[in-house]
Amino acid sequence: MFSYCSDPKALAEAIWVQLPWLDSFWLTSWISGFLNSLPWFSCYLTSAKHVDFYWSFVTVLALLAVTAPAALAMGFMGATAARSHVGPVRWFGKAYIWMVRGIPDIIFFLFFVIALDQGIEYVKNLFVCDGGAWPWQGLEFRVCQEAKVPLGSSAPIWHKAYGFFLAVLTFALVFGAFTANVIYGAMGAVPRAQLETAEAYGMSRKQVFRRILVPQMWVYALPGLGNLWMILIKATPLLFLLGVQDIVYYARELGGSKTQVYEYPHGDWRLYYFLGLLVFYLVFTRVSEIGFSRLTRRLSHGQATAAGEAMRKAAA
Amino acid sequence: MSMTCWETVQAYGLRSIGIGENLLPKTDFTLCQQFTLIGSGLIWNLYFGVLALAFGFFLANAIALARNARNPWVRKPADWFVFVFRGSPLFIQFFLAYEALVLLPKAGIDFLGLHINTSWTTRAWAGALFVLFLNTAAYAAEIFYGALKSIPKGDLEAAEAYGITGWKKFTRIEWPTMMRLGWPAYTNEAIFLFHATTLVYFSSFPAFAQKGDALYYANYFADKTFNPFIPYPIVGFYFICLTLIVTFVYGRVNRRLNRHLPSNERSRIRLRPQLIR
Repeated sequence: MFSYCSDPKALAEAIWVQLPWLDSFWLTSWISGFLNSLPWFSCYLTSAKHVDFYWSFVTVLALLAVTAPAALAMGFMGATAARSHVGPVRWFGKAYIWMVRGIPDIIFFLFFVIALDQGIEYVKNLFVCDGGAWPWQGLEFRVCQEAKVPLGSSAPIWHKAYGFFLAVLTFALVFGAFTANVIYGAMGAVPRAQLETAEAYGMSRKQVFRRILVPQMWVYALPGLGNLWMILIKATPLLFLLGVQDIVYYARELGGSKTQVYEYPHGDWRLYYFLGLLVFYLVFTRVSEIGFSRLTRRLSHGQATAAGEAMRKAAA
Repeated sequence: MSMTCWETVQAYGLRSIGIGENLLPKTDFTLCQQFTLIGSGLIWNLYFGVLALAFGFFLANAIALARNARNPWVRKPADWFVFVFRGSPLFIQFFLAYEALVLLPKAGIDFLGLHINTSWTTRAWAGALFVLFLNTAAYAAEIFYGALKSIPKGDLEAAEAYGITGWKKFTRIEWPTMMRLGWPAYTNEAIFLFHATTLVYFSSFPAFAQKGDALYYANYFADKTFNPFIPYPIVGFYFICLTLIVTFVYGRVNRRLNRHLPSNERSRIRLRPQLIR
């Protein structure tokens, strides 16, 4: 990164600042020690590996940015299905919501990633392989070379992208079920009288749903959705389990002790890296909390709830 | 050599705590083996869950009261404790705890002539239990604190009118009401914690001699057979049973806490979806 970084070993020993009046006291000598280590740290923290580490934060943010709307969409569909008047659709919606109850979701994470991968390859195998044999044989899952996703010959970037895609799909499936549960509850919380009034005005079932139920539902759903967002943030380290090179992966890689053969030798610093991750998550959840409390205030405006009523009285 | 199912249970039923057959099955996996080994792993989930909940309950009460204190020197640390443990992923907490415990001197610490052995702290049975204990204490403290804040004002005024004050008011009125109001949410937290125990061997704490929890063995079978469709549903089945048992036990306690109320005022336990913490 910087021009002086070409020889980090010499950098570690070099003395840049000498402050004899500081060095003579034990209390202040750490100041010059700190000043002298700054150049080394500036090179260390901008090394190629560290830049990858910083990019992995973007991976996490990207996962959140893609998963949250996807889960919201799936949740909305799940909740609508669970309220459907058509039996099989309703059972499907309810089963989807109930699927996640009672079972630790880490199991879903581990299960879906393999199951989706094998499912995709199995379907592709039916089309591209001769015969399309049953792939689960004994201790192996075997499909022909052409049915591999991505193909063995594809560039590594595709393997990474596919891994990320599977992770997003898994997150969206699991969190979609949680979201469906929240939205289902919120739809039930909209006062019956509101819907009946709309019906009395002669609105059709679709119109009541679109114009009355959905706009009013959000304020009831928001606390639950806020909780889910926090939980989604806190679930992102599980990307590491799904084989994506995320912040946990890099924190372990970079923090592990490096011997003299490395450019920047250091001891076991994993504790500090993980402290950094802890701070990242604490700041992230705190900022989200504040954001959600603001959003709740805005959505409560003009609603038939205690908060909305309080705002109306304050304004009057 | 093929075993009957009963022989398999005898050989592997207590495998997770090191009793029985030493070698795990390597080929010709039967359904019975998967059920037995995953079930034996459940012993660890129970161990972590039951002990963390039991110890965490007391700490949670203390922290909930500390958060309610007027003195900022008592209140602030409690607020921070809850914020740190609820605001960060359990997964990171496990990592962090493990890395911190590994840094303790291996030979042990000599303190005031006392020799303290430290090597056991990096083992899951101690280290992970400690993290789970602190974690559940933080979540439960938040629940109890919320309950403490929502005790009806009238109840407290009535107590004072009868001359019940101070410690007596706390033990007779405030604490039982706090428990009653917080119990449904606390039930969810308990289920939650049992589910969180599956993270132990997937974070930093290594499983020695292949002695792991239910998910550890399920993952072992899924890796070996390349077939996730059998072992994971088995763990799922076990956990649904566990959830039902926890709901039953906590439901009994809830009934006792509500026994003095007319039937239409009792707080019901509603099962909410269990999520990652």
